[in-house]
Amino acid sequence: MKNRGLAFKLILLILSSVTLIFLVIFGYNYMYSRKIIIENVEKNAMNLAKATVNQIDVVLSSIEKVPENLTYVLERSLCAGEELNNLLKYTVQKNTEIYGSAVAFEPRAYDGEKERYAPYFYKSCGEIKYSDLGAASYQYFFQDWYQIPKELNQPVWTEPYFDEGGGNIIMSTYSVPFYRTMAGKKGIAGIITSDISLSWLQEIVASIKIAETGYGFLISQNGTFVTHPKEELVMNETIFSQAEALGNEELRRIGRKMINGESGFVPFRSILTGKLCWMVYAPLSSSKWSLAVLFPQDELMADVVRLNKIMITLGLIGFAFLLVVIVFIARSITRPLSSLAGAAEDIAQGNLDAAIPEIKTGDEVGKLAQSFDYMTKSLKQYIADLTETTAAKERIESELQIAHDIQMGILPKIFPAFPDMPEFDLYATLEPAREVGGDLFDFFFLDDEHLCFNVGDVSGKGVPASLFMAITKTLIKTRAAKDMPSEVVLNLVNQDLSEDNPSLLFVTLFLGIINIKDGTVEYCNGGHNPPYIIRTSGKIEAVETTNGIALGVMEGFSFQSKRFVLNKGDVIFIYSDGVTEAMNSKFELFSEERLEAELYRLKGLPVGDIIAGVMEKIREFSQGEPQTDDITMMAIQYNGSDEAPNIVVTPCPENLPI
Amino acid sequence: MLNTKIKKYCKFIVSAALFLIIICVSPARSDALKKVSFIPQWVPQAQFAGYYIGLEKGIYRKHGIDLTIITGGPDYPPSELLTDGRADFASLWLSTGIQMRARGEKILNIAQIMQRSALMLVAKKASGIEKPRDINGRKVGLWGAVYQIQPRAFLRKYDLAVQIIPQSFSVNLFLRDGVDVASAMWYNEYHTILNCGIDPGELTTFFFHEHGLNFPEDGIYVLEETYRKDPELCAAFVLASIEGWRYAFDHPDEALAVTMRNLKKEHIPTTLVHQKWMLERMKDLILSEKGEDAGMGKLLLEDYNRVAQGLKDMRLIDSVPGFNSFYKVIRNNDEK
Repeated sequence: MKNRGLAFKLILLILSSVTLIFLVIFGYNYMYSRKIIIENVEKNAMNLAKATVNQIDVVLSSIEKVPENLTYVLERSLCAGEELNNLLKYTVQKNTEIYGSAVAFEPRAYDGEKERYAPYFYKSCGEIKYSDLGAASYQYFFQDWYQIPKELNQPVWTEPYFDEGGGNIIMSTYSVPFYRTMAGKKGIAGIITSDISLSWLQEIVASIKIAETGYGFLISQNGTFVTHPKEELVMNETIFSQAEALGNEELRRIGRKMINGESGFVPFRSILTGKLCWMVYAPLSSSKWSLAVLFPQDELMADVVRLNKIMITLGLIGFAFLLVVIVFIARSITRPLSSLAGAAEDIAQGNLDAAIPEIKTGDEVGKLAQSFDYMTKSLKQYIADLTETTAAKERIESELQIAHDIQMGILPKIFPAFPDMPEFDLYATLEPAREVGGDLFDFFFLDDEHLCFNVGDVSGKGVPASLFMAITKTLIKTRAAKDMPSEVVLNLVNQDLSEDNPSLLFVTLFLGIINIKDGTVEYCNGGHNPPYIIRTSGKIEAVETTNGIALGVMEGFSFQSKRFVLNKGDVIFIYSDGVTEAMNSKFELFSEERLEAELYRLKGLPVGDIIAGVMEKIREFSQGEPQTDDITMMAIQYNGSDEAPNIVVTPCPENLPI
Repeated sequence: MLNTKIKKYCKFIVSAALFLIIICVSPARSDALKKVSFIPQWVPQAQFAGYYIGLEKGIYRKHGIDLTIITGGPDYPPSELLTDGRADFASLWLSTGIQMRARGEKILNIAQIMQRSALMLVAKKASGIEKPRDINGRKVGLWGAVYQIQPRAFLRKYDLAVQIIPQSFSVNLFLRDGVDVASAMWYNEYHTILNCGIDPGELTTFFFHEHGLNFPEDGIYVLEETYRKDPELCAAFVLASIEGWRYAFDHPDEALAVTMRNLKKEHIPTTLVHQKWMLERMKDLILSEKGEDAGMGKLLLEDYNRVAQGLKDMRLIDSVPGFNSFYKVIRNNDEK
């Protein structure tokens, strides 16, 4: 899923959601229609069963009337012989439903003599025939139709039975006992019967047809099948023997309810078809038999099933259609996207000329493609610009590098600068913040005894400052002359700088001239940080200001020089503001205090070590913060003069200004 | 067309020739088969499955008997058929046999097939009958003659005064509560009652063999004269019959198939479940109570004495016939 395409995700999510929705609707529809159908079936089934039961009961109860009426006659008159025979014959003739009728007497109840007498009239081949059931071969006393009503003292419908020798029809007999007073005692005189053929009943039940295979069946009080579409069950099996044969306990339970005169609506597996049915059953009120009607579930559900099939088919078609639509939509989105992705990959690999597919949909994807196109164009432009800029920058950088080299080149860089001069030690360094800087330092001998040294700082940084620095340094070197006091040098240099200074740059400058024979330093400070004197005693003194201003600012400014004396071992330390204004990440300045403390710590060390120590301290302090200003330091230690000052010092060629 | 006709013709000739060869080659065997007839008490239901399956499977033939079973029924009382010679062997109740012998009819019991009595009384628990005493004063349905011996002895044993109602072979009188207690054969009417929707739990049963009145029923009888003339034949018939029963119990499906076919042929309505029940009960009744079949067909002296004494007590016989004159033990070859 995670790495699948957009189309796959769309299809999966939308189709599974649609399927779920469809299934819910479909399921609900099915359950609901099924419920409605079952309810209707139950109602209709019960109505049908009751209507059929009534139809049968009407006939049966009309038949019940016949022998009941006869008892009225026989109990009130000693109707016998021809009269009794005519009465019976007439009864059979007039009642079309009655197959036969008999009056069976108790022993000696007929005429006080006969042990058995039972005149019987029955229909046969369209005629009314007579038979005496009292014949010796027919033990009517032990027949169900006689014995049961007699023992129960009440009318009964017998179990259905085959009429042997008759029309091979199934009959049932309604038997009613009648009473007479004999020898002063009232007792049963005999049984009056009406036989009915059950073929009409079978026809009624057989006419029940529900859907394709639904049917009705009737069972007697013993559970015997009186009618059933399965012929071999009729009059042979009971619902209970079927239950035993099928090993179906449920069938036996239903059968017991049926013969107990209950009504019900139950699911039931058809004995005939094996199909699952709903079965309704209801008792006949006359004979206590039970009618059952089976409604095949699948056939009644056929409409719902058909509807469901159509729904499923439609659903599947819709599903397929939706699939096509989603695939189409997904591809209309993903095709430009994937071609864009391909183009983007091309671009990513550096091919900015890769063709951006033309998408004219006007939607978000179209806009994306446009943006892409614009992006590549911009990228191309940018890269072109960048290439150009880089080239320019590289050129500038190389030029700056050269400028740096030149600038460094004009500074004295061999230390100790005067190894053959024991009177003093000198060490200086300059660290430009960029390739080129605006700081400067220089030192040179004005004559054998006087060393001129200076440290300056041009306002601003970079190339303009460095050019200005070069000018300044050259001016100092050219203007300073033998026996010229420092204030004059500054006046001259200021004059030169101020005269033609269109970019309004200026330079602070400390210039001192030391007499190496006696340690006297004559100096002038043009707005520069006051240097420190580190006395051998350990005292750190700031050099007194001369109230000079920066050079190049005011034309014709008059500088004043001062002087101080360095004793043997004293060191003068001159620096630019890059030292005290070095910043750390918390925007704290290195400051004079830290510098003074550091100088104090480093006192007594050789000058090179003092400068290296301070530089190290500054780096430590700034903790990798980029250097913002040029850092310049110079330290001179006066060692005193024990020898005659007749040594001619030849300045090194390197120390000559370029 | 012609080809098939010729084939059929050839087949016929070959079959005819084979038949002739068999007839000629084994004359001794066909001569050895003795023609015999047997009458059971009733229609060919599972009560007689052993005999019918024996006939069907050629067991009698194997024992040298060419048997004909006369279809029983109400018009063919086996006692009559046996005495007047229409049947060589008959199935009779032990009590009937003893009564006939006591009357002087020269018949012999050569096998007591049933070891237990299947006759019983049955009542609905709903009528309040749970034990013999509850029957007192009730209506009791009894069948005729031979079926009344045990019930009457039972009533006397428990000193019960009842109203006896003649019972037909339908159980409807009982089902409709025309009688409180009905007679039933365990293998027949009892099952019919169950199959009319009454559960066994709703019934109280009184098996006579559980009340000291075990009068074993079906046995095989023969005329003394027949036995004297050909005791081997009688032995062969008994052994074949016992083998038939054994086969029926071992192959109930086959036995039931034969039973159903025979009943259908006689147009007697029945159901397979009923015949199955009957065959299963036959197994219970024929095999001794311990389920052993070694003693199959034996008449025990104690059973004989119990039945004979019962008959004498009821004044149905004047004197008890001698056991040895009544019963001839048939041993099979293994026992010799």
